[in-house]
Amino acid sequence: MARIIVVTSGKGGVGKTTSSAAVGLGLALKGHKVVLIDFDIGLRNLDLIMGCERRVVYDFVNVINGEATLNQALIKDKRVSSLSILPASQTRDKDALNKENVGKVLEELGESYDFIVCDSPAGIEAGAMMALYYADEAIVTTNPEVSSVRDSDRILGMLASRSRRAELGLEPIKEHLLLTRYSPKRVEEGEMLSVEDVEDILSIPLLGVIPESQAVLKASNAGEPVILDTESDAGKAYQDVVDRLLGETVEFRFLVAEKKGIFSRMFGG
Amino acid sequence: MALLDYFLRKKEKQVTTASKAKERLQIIVAHERNSRNKQPDYLPQLTEDILAVLRKYIHVSDESFSINLDNKDGDLNVLELNIELHEEKNTE
Repeated sequence: MARIIVVTSGKGGVGKTTSSAAVGLGLALKGHKVVLIDFDIGLRNLDLIMGCERRVVYDFVNVINGEATLNQALIKDKRVSSLSILPASQTRDKDALNKENVGKVLEELGESYDFIVCDSPAGIEAGAMMALYYADEAIVTTNPEVSSVRDSDRILGMLASRSRRAELGLEPIKEHLLLTRYSPKRVEEGEMLSVEDVEDILSIPLLGVIPESQAVLKASNAGEPVILDTESDAGKAYQDVVDRLLGETVEFRFLVAEKKGIFSRMFGG
Repeated sequence: MALLDYFLRKKEKQVTTASKAKERLQIIVAHERNSRNKQPDYLPQLTEDILAVLRKYIHVSDESFSINLDNKDGDLNVLELNIELHEEKNTE
């Protein structure tokens, strides 16, 4: 049975697609068979972040409508052979997806993949509900900022009431908190909610903390998920996230601001 | 006195914007969670009344009865009653 993981948030622009790409690629690098699905119908972007935008021929909606087979639509990642991407359609009607046809596609994918990572659109509309409906686990991507935290709480409510697991009375979706764009320096200065603050408010287990990092923009510029930038803080933090998803206990890093040494203070390091 | 001001300002612990944010969030999130799970005030009385009517005709134990008001899709409320009927021994 494949593990179906939805990367969700409610609020837009918090790093869902960046996180989906990093986590999906990271799991594949560990040797697992992974498929990344872009649920953002009409606003496809996962392909850009993954760097395969020019290889899109068929998309999710084509598969749903029977205009293409799954194998025709799936794009094999050029870096890791065990990773595939199912792109969202760019123009189609977003109401093309429904529980029944999405369920069929996920079931078929589940036969040949270990992980199905669903990149959710922002909001709490039909598209976002579709992305979370079949999930076994949810990565709730949150920025340490008031509107993002509040929206994450809304999404937690949806996970608990609107998912397949909730409707069937099964074991609830396993929730993970992923805090992104974290700036330890601003936290220390009292300008930003701390990890503990957000954990207190949302009270779900912490999966990872991704520091605010220049590496993320560079990665999306290049279409190379940031986890491949193994020297960067964000890349390392995503690596830790992948390890934790696979059951390892990894200490949290990048939670305190780097102390500047006397020399860099004097000469501006 | 600028120097003195500097030290005094450093000393008094200011309320940081982060702690304001946390406080505001705790209040609003608690409020919104409440309204998510809130059962209407009349539900307990309604439950009593329904049980009373049922018991005029059949035997219903508290365990075999459940009532639930569910909000589906935001605009549809569903009142769900579950009554387990046990086969009663015929005493006649």
